[in-house]
Amino acid sequence: MVYVNINGKDFKAAEGSNLLDVCENNGIHIPHLCHKKGLSPVGVCRLCLVKVSGMRGLVPACSTKVTKGMQVITHDEEINALRRVNLEMLLSEHEHNCLTCESNGRCELQNLVYEFGIDAVRFSINKETKPVDNSSEVIVRDPNKCILCGRCVRACREIAGKNILGFTDRGPAVAIGAGFNEPLGFTECASCGACLQACPTGALTEKHARFEGRNWEFNKVRTTCPHCGGGCQMELWTKDKKVVKVYGVEEENTENKGNLCVKGRFGLDFVQSPERLKKPLIKKNGKLEEAEWDEALTLVASKFQEIKNTLGPDALAGIASSKSTNEECYLFQKFIRTCFGTNNIDFCTRLCHTPSAVALTRAFGGGAMTNSMSLVEHADVLLVAGLNLTEMYPVFASAMKQRVLSGNLKLIIIDPRRTETAGYADVWLSPRIGTDIVWINGMLHVILNEGLYDDEFIENRTQGFEDLKEIISKYTPARVEEISGIPEAKIIEAARLYGKARRAAILYGMGITQHIHGTDNVGGLCNLALATGNIGKPGTGLNTIAKQNNGQGAGDMGCLPPIYPGGQPVSNPAVQGKFEKAWGVNLSPKPGITEASMILDKNAIKGLYVMGGNPMRSGPNISRIQNVLENLDFMVVQDMFLTETAKIAHVVLPACSFAEKDGTFTNTARFIQRVRKAFDPIGESKPDWKIICDLSQKMGYTMSYGHPKDIMNEIASLTPPYGGISYRRLGKGGLRWPCPQKGHPGTRYLWAETFTTPSGRGMFSPADYQPPAESPDKEYPFILTTGKDLYHLQTGSYTRNSVALFNLSPEDVLEIHPSDADQVQVKNGEEIHVRSRRGSMKIHTKVTDRVPEGTVFTTLHSDKVAVNALTIDALDPMAKTPELKLCAVKLEKPA
Amino acid sequence: MQQVAAPLEDERAKTLEIIENNNHDPKRLVKILQEIQAELGYVPEIAQRLTAKKTNTPASQIYGILSFYNFFRLFPPGRHSVNVCLGTACYVKGAENILKEISSRYELEPGQTTNDRRFSLDFVRCVGCCAIGPVMTVNGKVYGKMKPEEVKDVLGEYK
Repeated sequence: MVYVNINGKDFKAAEGSNLLDVCENNGIHIPHLCHKKGLSPVGVCRLCLVKVSGMRGLVPACSTKVTKGMQVITHDEEINALRRVNLEMLLSEHEHNCLTCESNGRCELQNLVYEFGIDAVRFSINKETKPVDNSSEVIVRDPNKCILCGRCVRACREIAGKNILGFTDRGPAVAIGAGFNEPLGFTECASCGACLQACPTGALTEKHARFEGRNWEFNKVRTTCPHCGGGCQMELWTKDKKVVKVYGVEEENTENKGNLCVKGRFGLDFVQSPERLKKPLIKKNGKLEEAEWDEALTLVASKFQEIKNTLGPDALAGIASSKSTNEECYLFQKFIRTCFGTNNIDFCTRLCHTPSAVALTRAFGGGAMTNSMSLVEHADVLLVAGLNLTEMYPVFASAMKQRVLSGNLKLIIIDPRRTETAGYADVWLSPRIGTDIVWINGMLHVILNEGLYDDEFIENRTQGFEDLKEIISKYTPARVEEISGIPEAKIIEAARLYGKARRAAILYGMGITQHIHGTDNVGGLCNLALATGNIGKPGTGLNTIAKQNNGQGAGDMGCLPPIYPGGQPVSNPAVQGKFEKAWGVNLSPKPGITEASMILDKNAIKGLYVMGGNPMRSGPNISRIQNVLENLDFMVVQDMFLTETAKIAHVVLPACSFAEKDGTFTNTARFIQRVRKAFDPIGESKPDWKIICDLSQKMGYTMSYGHPKDIMNEIASLTPPYGGISYRRLGKGGLRWPCPQKGHPGTRYLWAETFTTPSGRGMFSPADYQPPAESPDKEYPFILTTGKDLYHLQTGSYTRNSVALFNLSPEDVLEIHPSDADQVQVKNGEEIHVRSRRGSMKIHTKVTDRVPEGTVFTTLHSDKVAVNALTIDALDPMAKTPELKLCAVKLEKPA
Repeated sequence: MQQVAAPLEDERAKTLEIIENNNHDPKRLVKILQEIQAELGYVPEIAQRLTAKKTNTPASQIYGILSFYNFFRLFPPGRHSVNVCLGTACYVKGAENILKEISSRYELEPGQTTNDRRFSLDFVRCVGCCAIGPVMTVNGKVYGKMKPEEVKDVLGEYK
């Protein structure tokens, strides 16, 4: 820290920090346009000119570093006159017509002109207009309002890492161009809108916000994004019960630091979709008809009560959702356990990430992402397996790519498809699908053979290393190549990179877990981390990337058959006693059945309560699921939309969106953050927590909460990792659990000192390769694998209802390798029949060498195409997660 | 400059060869683009796209370079390259009128080529013959003390 003298007063500042930031932080306002925090300084707008003693002329504060004893004058007559002239010249560049501008009221140029009191421009105004670029689905580019500050160019490069925008031409002709000076919509723009958030004027604006409201008319609310598990902080600008504009919150203590992806910024209009359910629906004569709340809830309560009375509590079950808030998930499992009297409660993670929970608990003692997003700042090597980061979690992918480009991070990508991140990788491995444990064991083989393991860590903190060595010895790189198809040399290269790193972190996704041996796969990755001591430190660990906004939270809240909130076992009598006392009822000590049983086993249950899930699209082998669900005596679906599952329910209860309620989400990195209400529920829809309370009342058990904050207080009192959480504390930002007491600052990374396994040690759990449930054969020669695209999430019930997202990606397509396309004689864009032993679909092709030969890929977002009609319902024996990532199919040209 | 636009496949092959010779090195971007122009007479769109892809350089950066330097051509050159000097000395002696005359007579703006590929027109900043300004050059040959009414005759020589 040094002292600098600004306008005769001394201020403390870090040496080398940015002079403009130091002034602004100390309340000294310096006009500026081209500078923006988070972007590199360029000093082109010449508005922040200041006088610094000892420096010649005036210097731009934004590109001047603070030095000891520096003397600065920020305002005097000469400086003001210069700033004024510069502003006037900017104004003369174009006719800045604020009357018709979408940025009117939030324009930085307008603010400065007003501040300087410029009521007439002395220079002649250039009235020549250039054409407006409307080609993008989401962004309008109006070069006539551009002041050439270059903030958009830097945002596209330094935040998004896309480099779509750049300066073209020179001298007076300089302009901002996209790609090869094309319309923006023709480029590879990812529509993240970082440029738009950075733009100080109306040159870049939201297309769908045009004439939807002027900037002072909006209600502005800070909340958490409801799409993926990233937990981006955003400000919703709403008007007349519509989300019109969305901006990232530019604060250091957020996960996204102001950045958003296309879904967060332009994909929240599903909230005001005309498809929203506005009244309860009751099935009468085979048709869902609108009804009043009281009638619907009375019917639901009596039907559930009837099943409970005649067949017992275990004939009932509930499926929660990783889209609901923590408070709602907590109440839902409380409702199932108290009113139903069963532990038959599960949620959609069963179909994706439960193998992580099982394997991580076995290895370390708890199932959650061990580190946080800041791991990229500390890791030297990142191993990303079965995870398409760019499309799954774009904001984090951008941060990662920036680290790679700066030379501070090496990247190992394991994905059968050549994903965008593979282009940034030092090593890219493309294994045959379903052979993950083989390359994992192969890497361990090299690490053990070449002495790259951490014997001190193994000795002091782990158990079972000898068993590991025995199994691993069979996985020579040559054998690994034979089974997985990964060349020997590549396995060795990847193993050395990971093994020699000072700090290496593993990130993985559903490519690892959605297999019948998903638990083994995650266990194998745990072995890698334990053997190299890459756990319990910053920049290391096993990092599961949850695909939904509250996938972590719903599990934390005990929406799982064997555990109460905070992972406390239902079979433990002391725990049972604690919850019986708190909830005032007798509880069942018997662990319940999983979602896989609920939706795949006929007669496992008779009554089902689904809050926000859509197993009719997300589950495997849909025709079997339909058969099971239609056989139920009674099914209630509580959702914002009439999903495919809701269509076959007996009663549908209209839930409201995240924008219409208060609560919290816990992101994939254990970060608990507030969700804030922007407006009252649309139609007669209600927040999930209110519906549960009302229904509970009807079933004779009173749950009375005035506000979700009261629910959080109850959660904190019963859930040790959430013990220190309250709305008051969350008001200033998020907290990362474990946060056991009121004063606790939260926990950046897990397992620093000890593990919470029974032995307190990290447990190796070696596993052998087993072939997948179904392999390609003569009749079904292709492998079908599934995933997501950038614009949608899961079954698309949110994203398909966003106008922009739907237009950006209107349908699922089948990616097929050019040589396979030749073989089945199908051209790019043609329709093809895909058949498995369970079902078939018609889908348009996209011929690309992104997929390997013999493998076809598609997404599961569309309501028109149901890829899960084809997938296999074989389950991981421990986690009960289906093998959604792989089944055998044949391809036929339609007659 | 006597080149005419090469067929697409040829442009593609030649571009790839030049990028290959430069080891796909993004640090040699300007050199690569110069060599492409020397070979093909201009930098066609296909060459821009290939250079971006093969050197792993953003499209915006390629276009930024091509549009920054006056030297680069984005359109196929004509059989005859006409340059009018707009350097200070030529300018005060009325070079702008020479340029206007050519523009209106052949309906083309600086940076463009006539539809029949006969002429491409551009302006330069000083060719080092200030004493005989205003100056224009055709295929490198210098014509000094030009008058607008002489344009027709001079260019008429070039078919």
